[in-house]
Amino acid sequence: MSTFVLLTITGLGLGAMYFLIASGLSLIYGLMGVLNFAHGAFLTVGAYGAWFAESKLAGVSVLPRFLLGALAGLVVGGVFAALVELVLIRPLYKRHIEQVLVTVGLALAVSALVVAIWGNDARPFTAPSWLGRTTSVAGAHIPNDRWVEIATALVVLVALNAFLRRTRYGLIIRAGVENRAMVTALGIDVRRAFTLVFAIGGVAAAVAGVLSGVYFGTVDPARGTSLLIFAFIVVVIGGLGSLRGTAVSAVVVGLVQQYANYYASSGLGDLSVVLLLGIVLLARPGGLSAKLA
Amino acid sequence: MTPILSVSDLHVHLGESHILQGVSFDVADGGVTALLGRNGVGKTTTLRALMGLVDRRGRVELAGESIQAAATHRIVRRGVGYVPEDRDVFAGLTVEENLRLAERDAEPRYGLVYELFPELKQRAKQQAGTLSGGQQQMVAIARALLSDNHVLLVDEPTKGLAPLLVTEVARVLERVSELTTVLLVEQNLGVVARVARDVVVLDTGRVVHIGPARELLADKPMVNRMLGVG
Amino acid sequence: MTRYAIPVGVLVVLALVPQFSVDIPYVFNGSIDTPGTLQLLALCLLFGGVAMTYDLLFGFTGLLSFGHALYFAAGVYVTDVAITRWHSSFIESIAFTALVGVVLPLVLGAVSLRVGGIAFAMVTLAFAQAGSILVFKNPHKWTGGEEGLGADYTRLPQGLVGIFNTKHLYWVALAFAAAVFAIVQWAVHSSPGHVWQAIRENELRVQVLGLRPYAYKLMVFVLASFLATAGGVVYLLLLGGATPEVTSANFTLTLLVMVVIGGTGTRWGALVGGVLYTWANERLGDASSSHAVSSLPSVLRTPLQQPLFVLGVLFILVVFFVPGGLARFGRVRRLREAFQR
Repeated sequence: MSTFVLLTITGLGLGAMYFLIASGLSLIYGLMGVLNFAHGAFLTVGAYGAWFAESKLAGVSVLPRFLLGALAGLVVGGVFAALVELVLIRPLYKRHIEQVLVTVGLALAVSALVVAIWGNDARPFTAPSWLGRTTSVAGAHIPNDRWVEIATALVVLVALNAFLRRTRYGLIIRAGVENRAMVTALGIDVRRAFTLVFAIGGVAAAVAGVLSGVYFGTVDPARGTSLLIFAFIVVVIGGLGSLRGTAVSAVVVGLVQQYANYYASSGLGDLSVVLLLGIVLLARPGGLSAKLA
Repeated sequence: MTPILSVSDLHVHLGESHILQGVSFDVADGGVTALLGRNGVGKTTTLRALMGLVDRRGRVELAGESIQAAATHRIVRRGVGYVPEDRDVFAGLTVEENLRLAERDAEPRYGLVYELFPELKQRAKQQAGTLSGGQQQMVAIARALLSDNHVLLVDEPTKGLAPLLVTEVARVLERVSELTTVLLVEQNLGVVARVARDVVVLDTGRVVHIGPARELLADKPMVNRMLGVG
Repeated sequence: MTRYAIPVGVLVVLALVPQFSVDIPYVFNGSIDTPGTLQLLALCLLFGGVAMTYDLLFGFTGLLSFGHALYFAAGVYVTDVAITRWHSSFIESIAFTALVGVVLPLVLGAVSLRVGGIAFAMVTLAFAQAGSILVFKNPHKWTGGEEGLGADYTRLPQGLVGIFNTKHLYWVALAFAAAVFAIVQWAVHSSPGHVWQAIRENELRVQVLGLRPYAYKLMVFVLASFLATAGGVVYLLLLGGATPEVTSANFTLTLLVMVVIGGTGTRWGALVGGVLYTWANERLGDASSSHAVSSLPSVLRTPLQQPLFVLGVLFILVVFFVPGGLARFGRVRRLREAFQR
């Protein structure tokens, strides 16, 4: 029983990270039709931004050091993503294939740049020691970082939802996901919403980057890409452009991965996620939240 | 008097088809000008081109200023309202949100909108996707009325509506035409007869007739030739 | 007839390369008949060929697959495992790999092609990812997991083993590239080939004409994947072993980069793109340790020493300024001017 609890909480923690990455991907694709391969780069930039800031705060005590580092990571991630949209994506408006290709090139370049500056090896990431300890729940010893991941993802989910439902830009984005042309036909310049959505995605990915630094204890240049593949799978299963679908799908994928890895055999978890994607897409090509035509 | 809308040698290519082959006409200020023609001649494409929703070549002037190279949102901000053929209301948003999205002026004309369409006030919190066709049409027209526009481009507002609703829409159009100029694409000649002052007739991407509505509609053979089937 | 003149001419010139002792400074690190340069040229030709197989899918038929690496990797790993772990003969291994090269894309393609667009891209990505996981899991210790699997060279044809036989390997790679070129050209000019290009333009229209796009897409999928598997076998011979890098999503993305830089859906584009990318990747690696680059200030030096950084930036520049790829360079500007009137 306690193993089940541990697996469930860990699965939710993993799902939390997937959600943070996938939410940005989903909004970007839903609103702009861009399959953003550079999203993993946003995660990496955020993670390394946080790590770099932390390394400059060596004398400071751990908790403020971690929080300030995390904040720096978020700012860097958001600003970077906004710049990418302005400089690389906006000029290619309406040329969807070229936009996707540009994100591929950017992903390669950023990955290589990070390796160039800080090397291929994982760098240890400082986090409050409390996160490394465990709490007992129903006999299971849950590492505390899992709680933080789940809590953070919930906060982000609530905040994003509030943003989409209560603000004018949120309204524009929701409408734009449905019918971008009609939004412009109401006199609204959607391009500002595009930059905003990229920035939001960048911040969320950066949060995932910082949390993955805590989860794995290190930052490393390849993590953005490996998590990105799962994030893509989560987004496609959940339905591109649907925040709710992404949240549900992230939870399902995280849990399936954990359970399969333990109850079946190690490594099978990742395969089962792939299998899940195949099954969902064949039954419902639009993903879980797509309405059947 | 300067026409509110002046179109000169408008060309539109979609893929390999040359849909509009040099369309030219003026829309006089005030009242309803009807854009007529058989299916597929390019009426909807003309409106979309005026809105900047398709690539176009030629000259278009709104209240004397050229807009043929402007982006859609800028054209709209200069005072153009658009009621598309398929209504294009945002199904996932409520009626209220659909209207709120369309707010442009400092004082959007909710008074006018709710006077014309009291039902929209009652259904404010209802999801637009659950509305009937007629109700969605009301939302689509209401959106364009919220702002004080120079001209409204309205595309087949009575399509697919029951006769009672058709009359309703015609009544609304009459009221609207007192406030702003309307360029109306319409297949229903009864509605055209009721509201339109002038007509512009298209055939295979070109203008073949411009004149007073009453004159054309009284000429049955001409109506058959230009708008009839076969 | 003149359509054949240039390709045959190029083939003859390339075939004669190992016979000449010519030094081309900066382009190559040594005369063109040295094993090092021949190995590089062989790799360039191999990837030119594999890029052409990807172009068949993406450039001609418009199928954006993110899992093409899987079939290439199948060629590499199935042959290697058959030879080294199952102790089959070279011929038996090749035959078995050929069988896999047809059956695997037939089955996976039949499933993936039931969806289109993004969903198709994701399913192909997922299948390739599954393959990658399988390789890393190292079932029965067959694949060698993270470290890869060196091939048992005693079972390879002796004419293709050892540094003195590099020129034979070069000719094998050249033969592969030539064969793929010929097959792709023949295929796209055949009547299914016209349907593939029609599918890329407007799949709905193809359906309206009474043809079943699914069957044609499956056809090109199996053909492209089979040719990629063949490329994998050649790769195994060239490197003498298998490494898991070839199963990664990154690998398919580099194929995409090659094809786009060269120009999708053109005669020479993919080949040129594949050759250039492979050459650049190798030579940039050499250049990064050269004196010219080491003496740059570290702000410039550090990124430039990573070939993938340079290639990534180059790719972005190509997408922006030469969107048709190098093969269309002259034509693009004229096309754009015509549209802007």
